[in-house]
This record gives sequence, C-alpha cells and structure tokens, in this order.
Amino acid sequence: MTDSSLIAADQPATENAPENADAILEMRNLSRVFTRQPVLAETLLKLAGRTPDIPVLRAVRSVNLSVQRGEVLGLAGESGCGKSTLGRMMTGILPASEGTVAFEGGNVATLRGAALKDFTLGVQMVFQDPYSSLNPRQRVAAILAEPLKVHRPDLSRAEINARVDAALEEVGLDVSYRDRFPHQFSGGQRQRIGIARALIVEPQFLVCDEPIAALDVSIQAQVINLFLELRRKRNLTYLFISHDLSVVRHMADRVAIMYLGEIVELAPTAELFADPKHPYTRTLLEQIPSVRNRKRSFSAVKGELPSPLNPPSGCPFHPRCPAAMPQCSVDAPQLQQIAPGRTVSCHLYDKDKTST
Amino acid sequence: MTDQTKASPVLDVRGLQTVFHDTQGAWPAVDGIDLTLYPGEVLGLVGESGSGKSVAGFSVMGLIDPPGEITAGEVLFRGEDLRKKSEEELRRIRGIALAMIFQNPLSTLNPVLRIGEQMTEVLSEHGHDDPAAAASLAVESLRKVGIPAPEQRIHQYPHELSGGMRQRVAIAITLLGDPAVIIADEPTTALDVTIQGQIIAELQKLQVESGAGMIWITHDLGVVAELADRIAVMYAGNIVEMGPTDAVLDHPRHPYTLGLLASVPGDADPGAPLRQVPGNAPPLSQRPLGCPFNPRCSSATDICRREMPARETDAFGRSYLCHHPVSQKADP
Repeated sequence: MTDSSLIAADQPATENAPENADAILEMRNLSRVFTRQPVLAETLLKLAGRTPDIPVLRAVRSVNLSVQRGEVLGLAGESGCGKSTLGRMMTGILPASEGTVAFEGGNVATLRGAALKDFTLGVQMVFQDPYSSLNPRQRVAAILAEPLKVHRPDLSRAEINARVDAALEEVGLDVSYRDRFPHQFSGGQRQRIGIARALIVEPQFLVCDEPIAALDVSIQAQVINLFLELRRKRNLTYLFISHDLSVVRHMADRVAIMYLGEIVELAPTAELFADPKHPYTRTLLEQIPSVRNRKRSFSAVKGELPSPLNPPSGCPFHPRCPAAMPQCSVDAPQLQQIAPGRTVSCHLYDKDKTST
Repeated sequence: MTDQTKASPVLDVRGLQTVFHDTQGAWPAVDGIDLTLYPGEVLGLVGESGSGKSVAGFSVMGLIDPPGEITAGEVLFRGEDLRKKSEEELRRIRGIALAMIFQNPLSTLNPVLRIGEQMTEVLSEHGHDDPAAAASLAVESLRKVGIPAPEQRIHQYPHELSGGMRQRVAIAITLLGDPAVIIADEPTTALDVTIQGQIIAELQKLQVESGAGMIWITHDLGVVAELADRIAVMYAGNIVEMGPTDAVLDHPRHPYTLGLLASVPGDADPGAPLRQVPGNAPPLSQRPLGCPFNPRCSSATDICRREMPARETDAFGRSYLCHHPVSQKADP
C-alpha cells in the first residue's frame, strides 16, 4: 500500500508537454487493485474494529501513459502483467482504483451527459476470444444493431439496417451473412464481426486486446491486414495489446512493455527493437522464436513471473534480471526519460551510471 | 547430430490413414502420410488447426478412440509394426520407449494425486517394485527438467504448480522411461515466451543427451525453425511439403508453405499489408476434389481441381505435393 503512494509522489513527469498536445487518452498514476470478498471470520473481525489481512492483488501499479491521436500504441508483456486490466480501464469497462483516465482532456470519472456519451462511443474494444465475446443466440444483424439501438435512438430501422450492411462490408464479410448465428462462422470471421460491432458506433479509438491470439497463422495475417486498412480509412487510434512482439512490431508506432503491473519501457517501435534498454525487454526479444533463426540452443531466462499478490521488493524484475545489482532489491526504479520519446524504468540508467 | 544417412530410422510411418466416422460417412483427418524419424533428430510437424497434425501424433501412439479409426498404413517402431501389436503390448511400449508430451499439462496430470504418486505409478506400471527407489528416480527426473527443490515438489498437487512447472512435471514423467521417440504436441503453446524458452531449452538438452528422436508438433514456424532438423508441413490431412529445415523455410516449393511464411510479420515492412492466404482451411467433411489447397491457391489450374498431385522429390531430399510448385531460382 505504502509503496504506491511513494511512487505516485515521486513520479517524474515522464511525458513532456509538446507530446501531450494531441493526446486522445491520458492516464495519470492509474492503478487497479483486486481483492476478494471477506469471509465470515474477516467480516466479524471488521465488526470488532480490527483490520483483517485480506490479500490485495495490485494488477496495475501507477501507470502514466498517453495515447496520441492517430497512433498505434503497442502494449506487450506476459500473461498476468496487467496489460488487459490496463486496456479495460482505458475503455471504462473497469473503474480505476486510483488515478485518472482523461479522454480528450476530460477526466472520464466526472464526465456526464453528452461528454460521457462521446467517451463511451469514442472508445471501443475488440476482445481476444471471438467465441465468447459474441452472443451465441443473436444473429449477426442483431449483434451489430444493438449498439445503435441503445445509443442512436434517432436512427430509423432502415438506417440501422443500412449501417449494419455497411459495417459487414467494411470488415470483408458478405452482406448475406447478416442472418446467420456466430457458430456458423470460423474464428477469423467471428473476429471480423467483433471488429464490425466495435466500429459501428464510429469510435475514434479502439482498444484491441490480443485480437489475433486465438487465430491460425494464415488467418492472423488476414485480420492484421484488416486492422491496417481500417486505420488508414478511418484514421483510427489503436491500443494494440499483444504478447506477440513480432505482431506488435508490425502494427505499432510506439511500444510500451509491461511487467508485473508497471510499464518498464516505452519507446518508438523501431528504436525499441533495434536497441532495447530494459533487461526485461531484451529478454523478451531474445525469446521470440523467429523463422530467421536456425537450430538455436535456447538459453533460458531464470525464474517465472512473481505472484502479483506478493511482488518482490525494489524493482519487480530483479529476481530474474541478469544485470541485477544490490540496489535493485531495495529501491524501486522510477520511469526516467533517456532519449526523446524513450523512457525506461531501470537503475542501469540512473543519472550517475549513464556511461553506456 | 547423428549421421542420418547411415542410421536406420527409429520410426517409419507409411501410408498412415486415420478417419473419423459420423452419420454421413468416414472423413480422413490424416490421409495417407509417410514420415521417418531418425535417432537424435528433431522433426517439426507444422500445420494450422484442423490440419491433422495432432491426429497424426496420436495415431503414431495408437491413441485413437472411436469415432476415430486408423484405417490404413504401417507404424514401424524399431522395425516392428505397432498396428499389429495388442493393446497389452502397446501399453508396455508406450510411456517407456515411445512417449508423448501433450499441450495442456493440467489435463494430463491427475488433479487428486500428488506429483510423486503420479510418477511412481508410472514406474510401478513398468516394473519398478521398490517404492523408495522409485521415489528417488522421480526426484532425479524432476531435477533433470530443472524443477527447483524436487524433494518438496513430489508432495505437491498439480494445482499448486505454475503452468510452466506443470509442463516440466509432464516432461519428467515422459522421461522416466528413457524413450527412443518423443512426440511433443504443442508443448509450449499455452506458455509465455520466457517460459516457452525455458521448456524448449530443457527439452533440447534432454533430447540431445538421450539421443531420442523427437517429433515436435506445432503451429509456430518460429519454434520449428529454431529447433528442427527437418520440417513436415501438413494441410488438410496431407504432408504437403517435407524436407531439411533450411530448404523448406528458405526455398519453399509448396504454395501453402510459402503463404504460411508470408503470413508471419517477421521480415515484412512494418505497417505494410502482409501477404495473406485467402479463405479458410476446409472442414473435414468438405475437402475439395483434387489438391486440397486448390481453393486458396493463387496458382491453381484445372488439373488442381481434378487430380491430387503425386509426391515429387527433388535432389535436396525435399518432397512436395503440388502440380505447380513454386519455382526456385536459387536452390539450397
């Protein structure tokens, strides 16, 4: 608990002002904790005025990040690092525990009326699993029409129908599919329906949470191409969450790497892949299997992702880090700017050690 | 690596066909494949979902249950046809000489047995009667796959371990028998890249030490590129291309292999459209006439829609099933 307030207080302004000039979404000290419901004994303790020791999972810890209008921001990390939780907070599906999300300058927690509607429609989400994110009992036309029926009461039935057909065409599905059920489609086609549903309310910003992870390789390329084409045609902004760094490299303009709830490195894509700074980023890049490498002897990174219920002291990566120093187990490093547009959270780049 | 030209194959699969029955008929999931595996070799079996790669692995193990049925072919393990063996004889070979590692270790480990009990059960099944000796073998095997504090782990249940640790336990169980052939069915697909790297490193080390032949089944071309000596690409129940890793990946002859390689963002210009294979793989019951890839193939002609191509083999030990193979200016 105390370390979060420390981080929050000492957090340097990592994004400088000119960069924020056209931020579509901005997160400040954003955190999310999950706890379980207290069991009976703990409730009784509470009633007796004592504080029961209920474990707290800190999924996202004091994230500062801004998404520029028109960019594709890649968010990468291993399972459990908090990338999906962060994405969900950005869309407003999940409220933040601490900190703020600002959409076009307005804190979304305080938005009301038309401004709130602009946010809820302006930021849409594409989910990972095209099997569980579509209602199996609704026909495609009904799935696509529902957001319009809720948010656009001014549209007539004919107008809604026309928009449904246009959305199907836009994502490369035949209009005749409108009366089918989700189970009649392949995985790639379902993901297209998920994308059409997100696009039908004309958002400016799409949060894509591992949108191709469930698809076969040849289908992944089709959906990646669709995302690229839609971005060009509609001038969309994406947050592209993926554990697959080769996909992030292809899609993103900037990449943020998350580890145990924190962003440990943020850089323009080409720079990140050419010259990764954080030891965790280097580790990740080394571990991506590539068709260009042949008969490699795999060298393993030590250890596993620590439990977010019981994170290590100091830098969260220090137990696995090949470059760990004594300081790393004591002090948590702060995100610091090391070059224009590049920030990293690692003691290797502390001011007195910047010789490299 | 063993000199493959001299050694005789430890596994030789000929014309293997496995069908699945339903009310409409019998549909071949594996449609007459030939595979050879030499001692000390890693063969990457690559394909997308529904291509039949896992069914091929299960068929070699003799683990096909109704409605599936192995209808044709031979599975020669050290020269003996496993299809002619009784279930009792197969049981004795499986798990000791012929082992399989599955994709999801949570579904292969028994949730109500401690790790140690699951391991000693395998050993007693194969004739180790002394419980103390079996327990120390189990600990030794866990240590070999890089599990820290194995003496304590054997008293734990599978749910107490992380995904990577569970897969290590599954591998440790596989290795209790010192297998000559290991069939690994997407063993790292459910794991994060750093854990995947660890598991591959362990398996690679163990396989090199023991000289076992390994078939690594996966959809991930990157993994096989880095692991395999040879690659077999499956599509719709057929091995459409097979050969040395460099030849297959650098100079593919089958349009499907080429399409798969182009679908991976690796070398493409960031932000540029990827070359995609149009359409979807056909379901089992709707395989097209002729070459199964013809509806998605840009070089398909009439003959592709009529006739299944015959297998061609070139001078580089590579074989492919295609009427119009991708022309290669610079062969390997």
